[in-house]
Amino acid sequence: MKRLRFTLWIIVGFAAALFGLFAYQLSQPKDEFVESAMVGQPMPEFDLPPAVAERPGLSRADLADGRPKLLNVFASWCVPCAAEAPQLDALERSGANIVGVAIRDRPEDLERFLANYGNPFTRIGRDDISEVQLAIGSSGVPETFVIDGSGTITYQHIGDIREGDVPTLLDELRKAGS
Amino acid sequence: MRNLLPILAAFFLVQPASAQDRMPPAPYAYTQLEDPALEDQARELMHTLRCLKCQSQSIADSDATMAGDMRHQVRTRIAAGESPAEVREWLISRYGDYVSYEPQVSSTTWPLFAIPVVLILLAAAVLMRRVGRRDEPEAGEGEGA
Repeated sequence: MKRLRFTLWIIVGFAAALFGLFAYQLSQPKDEFVESAMVGQPMPEFDLPPAVAERPGLSRADLADGRPKLLNVFASWCVPCAAEAPQLDALERSGANIVGVAIRDRPEDLERFLANYGNPFTRIGRDDISEVQLAIGSSGVPETFVIDGSGTITYQHIGDIREGDVPTLLDELRKAGS
Repeated sequence: MRNLLPILAAFFLVQPASAQDRMPPAPYAYTQLEDPALEDQARELMHTLRCLKCQSQSIADSDATMAGDMRHQVRTRIAAGESPAEVREWLISRYGDYVSYEPQVSSTTWPLFAIPVVLILLAAAVLMRRVGRRDEPEAGEGEGA
């Protein structure tokens, strides 16, 4: 009888621990971000045509020219991409070399977007079927990757760049440069 | 009725949020491969890959543009001679295990496979003990109560 009671208490304790785990997990905010598994990996081979007339296109070779860069995955139809424009501008003024990949964008829409929100990009590649986005493990717009001088991805920022993220990105760029 | 008009007008003026871009879908987003055998392989694979935009749907079920772009990748890669396992591996190397609905044994998922085995062994042990005990006639059992 005593042994049975002891066993029952173990079961009660186990159930309580399980429900405690459920309660904890349910109270945690859902993590919608899918992190890229390509951080630390070399950029895959790609070659995108120019997205607008005034900037050249973007290929893997452009990213392995010895200088670290920010690669911004964006689109004119993406609202947070407009919201992060001042921060991209601040990064450019701080000396960052920013290249863009425009996802599923028409040249005329992109021209209007760049005219409205500024053009901090040195190159903009046109990706009409999200091929480069899928190849680097990005799951939405905007996302910003730090690429070192040899063309290796060293950091991923998911979502729009807020003011507080600017120093982090500059720091990551510095790390990628050394 | 007069108050209703601006509201109705707003409904028609506002573009649905799902129409994110005005580009046509990728060539193989909604087009089947010509070879039915390859299309079958691609389709089977698409049902086990997660849409990253609409995370509880497979890319076969989703109308999100990104799911269409992923279907294009799956179909063109299968058509180019890659096996479904290779295409799945390619996506996992980009997005991690999360992108695949087919569980793989890894350092984080091994309990999924180990726990059922442990439970079955445990149940078998309990059953053996009980059945075994009933077989040998013990004094005192079955009496009283």
